[in-house]
Amino acid sequence: MKNTLSLVNRARIAFGAALLAAAPLVSANDFITVASTTSTEQSGLFKHLLPAFTKATHIDVHVVAVGTGQALDMGRRCDADVEFVHDKAAEEKFLHEGFGVKRSDVMYNDFVLIGPRSDPAHVKGLGIDAALKKIAEAKPAFVSRADKSGTWAAEVRAWKHAGIDIEKTKGPWYKETGSGMGPALNTASGMNAYLLADRGTWLSFKNRGDLEILVEGDPELFNQYGVMLVNPAKCPHVKKELGGKFVDWVLSPAGQETIASYRIGGQQLFFPNAMR
Amino acid sequence: MASGRSRDVLPLEVRDLGVRLGGRQVLQGIAFRLDAGRRTVILGPNGAGKTSLLRALHGLVASTGSITWGGGGRQRGAEAMVFQHPVMLRRGALANVEYALAVNGVDGAERRRRARTALEQAGLWLLAGQPARSLSGGERQRLALARAWALRPRILYLDEPTASLDPGAAAAVEQEIGRIHEAGTRIVMTTHRLGLARRVADEILFLDDGKLVEQTPADRFFAAPSSAEARHFLDGELP
Amino acid sequence: MAEILSSFGLALRLIAGADAEFMRIVALSMGVSLASAALACAIGLPLGAVVAVAAFPGRRSVIVVMNALLGLPSVVVGLVVYLLLSRAGPLGAWGILFTPGAIVIAQTLLVVPMVAALSRQTVEDAWHEYREQLTSLNVRPARAVATLLWDARLSLFTVALAGLGRAFSEVGAVMIVGGNIDGVTRVMTTAIALKTAEGELPLALALGIVLLAIVLALNAGAYAIREWSAPRHG
Repeated sequence: MKNTLSLVNRARIAFGAALLAAAPLVSANDFITVASTTSTEQSGLFKHLLPAFTKATHIDVHVVAVGTGQALDMGRRCDADVEFVHDKAAEEKFLHEGFGVKRSDVMYNDFVLIGPRSDPAHVKGLGIDAALKKIAEAKPAFVSRADKSGTWAAEVRAWKHAGIDIEKTKGPWYKETGSGMGPALNTASGMNAYLLADRGTWLSFKNRGDLEILVEGDPELFNQYGVMLVNPAKCPHVKKELGGKFVDWVLSPAGQETIASYRIGGQQLFFPNAMR
Repeated sequence: MASGRSRDVLPLEVRDLGVRLGGRQVLQGIAFRLDAGRRTVILGPNGAGKTSLLRALHGLVASTGSITWGGGGRQRGAEAMVFQHPVMLRRGALANVEYALAVNGVDGAERRRRARTALEQAGLWLLAGQPARSLSGGERQRLALARAWALRPRILYLDEPTASLDPGAAAAVEQEIGRIHEAGTRIVMTTHRLGLARRVADEILFLDDGKLVEQTPADRFFAAPSSAEARHFLDGELP
Repeated sequence: MAEILSSFGLALRLIAGADAEFMRIVALSMGVSLASAALACAIGLPLGAVVAVAAFPGRRSVIVVMNALLGLPSVVVGLVVYLLLSRAGPLGAWGILFTPGAIVIAQTLLVVPMVAALSRQTVEDAWHEYREQLTSLNVRPARAVATLLWDARLSLFTVALAGLGRAFSEVGAVMIVGGNIDGVTRVMTTAIALKTAEGELPLALALGIVLLAIVLALNAGAYAIREWSAPRHG
């Protein structure tokens, strides 16, 4: 009987089968899966940090970059070996639930308040509390990520710290995009809006339009990163040795120095602060 | 052809056959018997039910009543049909004949041999590699006939085999039918061409308005048909 | 406008430069898309053909569902596959989440309904034409399915190409089940999404142009193959 599958299709099927078979063998090295955030990836840190780690340990790092909420959820589902996020409250909850082994400070970067050069709310140069109060009064366009990310959590804390109940005060001027840092910046650029961004993403962001940094340096805006090994007791498939090596290296002098040496346009982005 | 048939499919006996299509009773109370060795032509005016009868006999439409072959059930491999508009597969002429043989359990060298013989006998060997769908109407009809014949059916149904053919092609088909009859296959054919009917038929089944009006040996039918409907038909039809 | 034009230039430089990361992304895109299109055809073509030819209770409902699945949102498929392949999910033991294998699975699930629904219609139309003749020749239903698939191969080839295009353009599901991991599961579409998010719009657009060029080249090649084989079979 004449086979209905043409030669081309048969070849394709064979290829597909081969690919599926080869799928787990993607890299020759051992590897770990690190759940991190979009803002961290988009800052470019990983391209600088991870090769140094792989060179020292021959362990590849597969970074899945999503929002902080989703990153921690990945850990709960045992789909990651290490958590590398920046929302201390959420991380401690994660730890408390038993999904993490130990939380360590790694580094911090800071948030900056971005806004249009024209600055309709007149916040330039103020502290963050004062600036947010003025924005709540003037109600100019303000973009919020609203995606359960670390940046969003920081924004919510900042409003609270400034004494503003954002849930009550928000209106059509407050645009909740439910998106990552980059898309939110794109949106803000497009509508000349204010927004709170992490410095790293801002420095790498190329589509700035009329936006510039209006408020920075307020200690309230520091963004602390933490690293955690996912708990092997809850997740038997966690690569605890390899993951542990990553945690140890990132906290070690070598790792901390690599973090400090990452620059954009000559500017340091991340400040290592692991406990000695 | 898959041999090893336990019994002959003839005589073909039809009793009280009825066919309903699209809410209409197109055939009713049909009864006749076909013995071996004769060529049967089904005649009748348009809409009489000739094609439906052929389809019913070949099992392509549902029917009431009974049909028996040599006293028993249908033997699928013992029949073949040439449609008025035969369907060819998208492959070469020879490949179409080989397909029919392959489907009926003939493989390898014998399949190639029989397909080649079928084409040669039909005078189509030169077109063996041509895409079957690109053949002319006449060539396609002859190819369909060759394909059916390659299966060595015991009964061959033909629905208007020369309807859309020019005289040359029609003559070739007629000759083919004669040869197939000589080889022992039972011919059952519909046509509206009286000339063809006169030349080919040993007996006539005359249908009118879904009923079998008469079954008569051909020479007697054309000389003096027994029914009024047949007389009307013969008077009105072009020869 | 100037942005778009400069992206064309950037696209050409990307192709000429053949930088390692770029080539890896292109190769992975082609690999997973060809694989999932092939698998989807292997499953969807016979499935559509069988539904076209076979008579069974509930056939009409099956056809309605098949056609409805043409509108299956890809993020939903991505999410479902993610939940299935997650360590916490039923197929977690396979350990293929965040690998190209997971991408192939998600894309195949998206393309199968398309191939099945379109091939069903094509084969059903052919069946109407061929049915009596094939019955007369004693072709059994299983054989008839195979014969129809082969005879309708030109139309079905177009269906396959549509499936391939669908696979190439998928981004949502690939992002979720692949994780867009640099060097591992980053394909052209997710790279474009990432570059866009990073605000690197000219580069994103350039990658998009390269993607279009690849799909165009594949289709041109397929068309040439078709033209070459068509006269032999008519």
